[in-house]
Amino acid sequence: MGRRVLITGLSSFWGGRVAEALEADPDVDVIVGLDTKERSVPLERTEFVRADQSYSILSRIVKATQVDTILHTFLVTDSTSVSARHLHEQNVIGTMNLLAAAGAAGSSVRQVVVKSSTLVYGSSWQDPTWFREEMPRVGAVRSRVERSLVEVESYVRDFAEDNPHVTVTLLRFANVVGTDIATPITRALQLPLAPCILGFDPLFQFVEEDDVVRSIEFVTQAGLPGIYNVAGDGRLPWSEVAAICGKRLAPMPPVATEWAAAPLARLNVELPQELLDLLRYGRGVDNRRLKAAGFVYRYTSAGAVSNFARAVRLQKAVGTRRPTYTYEQDVEQFFRHSPAIVREPSGNVT
Amino acid sequence: MPSEPTIEATRPGTLVHLPRPTPEPAALEDPRLSDVDEWGRSEHMRELARRLYEPLYRYWFRAEWEGLEKIPTTGGALLVANHAGAIPSDAPVIMHGIESELHRPVYGLADHMFKAVPVVGTMWSRAGGVAAHPENAYRLLREQQQLALVFPEGTKGTGKVYTERYKLRRFGRGGFVEIAMRAGVPIIPIAVVGSEEAMPIVAKVSSLAKLIGVPYVPITANMLVLGPVGGLVPFPAKMRLQVLDPITFDVPADQDRYSKSRVMEEAEAIRVRLQDTLYEMLRRRRSVWFG
Repeated sequence: MGRRVLITGLSSFWGGRVAEALEADPDVDVIVGLDTKERSVPLERTEFVRADQSYSILSRIVKATQVDTILHTFLVTDSTSVSARHLHEQNVIGTMNLLAAAGAAGSSVRQVVVKSSTLVYGSSWQDPTWFREEMPRVGAVRSRVERSLVEVESYVRDFAEDNPHVTVTLLRFANVVGTDIATPITRALQLPLAPCILGFDPLFQFVEEDDVVRSIEFVTQAGLPGIYNVAGDGRLPWSEVAAICGKRLAPMPPVATEWAAAPLARLNVELPQELLDLLRYGRGVDNRRLKAAGFVYRYTSAGAVSNFARAVRLQKAVGTRRPTYTYEQDVEQFFRHSPAIVREPSGNVT
Repeated sequence: MPSEPTIEATRPGTLVHLPRPTPEPAALEDPRLSDVDEWGRSEHMRELARRLYEPLYRYWFRAEWEGLEKIPTTGGALLVANHAGAIPSDAPVIMHGIESELHRPVYGLADHMFKAVPVVGTMWSRAGGVAAHPENAYRLLREQQQLALVFPEGTKGTGKVYTERYKLRRFGRGGFVEIAMRAGVPIIPIAVVGSEEAMPIVAKVSSLAKLIGVPYVPITANMLVLGPVGGLVPFPAKMRLQVLDPITFDVPADQDRYSKSRVMEEAEAIRVRLQDTLYEMLRRRRSVWFG
């Protein structure tokens, strides 16, 4: 019998990508996707369930679908994308409900993969050059998103301790760049001048979006327990990141940087506290543990950035690359369930 | 190359999932534009710094080494030295000296505080400075087998006033000994004479230091003689450096913990040896300026 997978945050960038990748895996029998809004990528056999953001119906879904694997890609790591209330509700309460459902008596869940962020390490002047997975953060938690992720991770750790029969994997991703994803960092790099903080040129580490999806797939298939940093090899100074993107730097003053950065919100580039810290001190994480487990990266940090720069240039010339997809329930229902559709034995729609 | 989840039509109207290509182990494309490495060092900047510092090293401080052959040309080692002067001249002299004489890079481990200072922090890091964190030291010494330089006195050494010159402060909590034990590398003490006189502190403004959150705000003799901006220029004191015999520890590397009493004992022994050597060098010194 193949695997039965539940993906949270199906409409989020990552959920949809991971579902796409898993659909190609013949070992996966059932994919159930959960989200608060309609999904934005075309999927063939993933079942979509709409839930409220704190996932209160989750235990019923887990019981009814008998999933054995939960991929929790729903965590918000970009604090500019949602309100403070939403962030707490989605990250902390959502994860609590998820883990409660997965850990309920008689639960069929045997693997939980959580997509977290290297934001949990923070960014401060007292940081080591590299964080290994077991090292605690040094600086105080200053931003909402960091606090919520730290809380989420502590729940995940408790869950792993209480449920030794479940393989729990916690992936911490560095800043993601790629052809499609939009984050405050990628938006900042598309401004005419890339913002920086005067006198600071911190070292950044990036991971390409394909490597993110591949690493989630990898740990799911390999059943790897534990915490893993996911970040491309090498670290590069912010000035070089801007240079690869063909941008000059616009320095912000090192004092009262928050105020100097505030007007950027008008340009759709909101730089919250955690990113201003990053622009000041940078962050490095040790990616050797996941590599030792057998994962092969396709991009280094610099490779990821230059791939992003190429995508931006293409986008400038021809507009968005991916055709936009709108979920239409009637059409989906027709293709999946109508007796009029001729189906091949493999299940593919002819 | 970018990999999309491959969905390709083989027959009109049919969607077939192709197996995902297995990643080839070929070297990844790494399109770097600068030469800043993962520690934040830049060889260009270092070359520039070396060229700018060379006259200062050779003609201003007229640095002279004794026992340089005790520093190994391969393998990791932890260099420890006494620390002095409001803006300490000992760190660049030791780093530049070893790099130009032995052609081996030295990673200076400095207080984290550097990283929080605009421009200075970035320059320090590009020139080869690394934040003094045990993890960083371990990685440098154990995994990369490099030379690292630490000043166990830290800012307590640089912040002392002129009347206390050449009296070593407490050697922290012996953390440097523990790091060397864990990394399995020898400790090589270096006694430096001259840095105290290059920028002596006459007085300290402790209220201002507290206000802006730095360990000390010095009033140096340099400032009094040369003015506030001239206060950045060190006096041309003769620098003499003596490398002491390496100390190896017969303990296994990579332990989680080491006996605290043993660590403190070793740290104190190194401090005493360094202090004795300093006094001996001062006994031989005839002039602050000519050595």
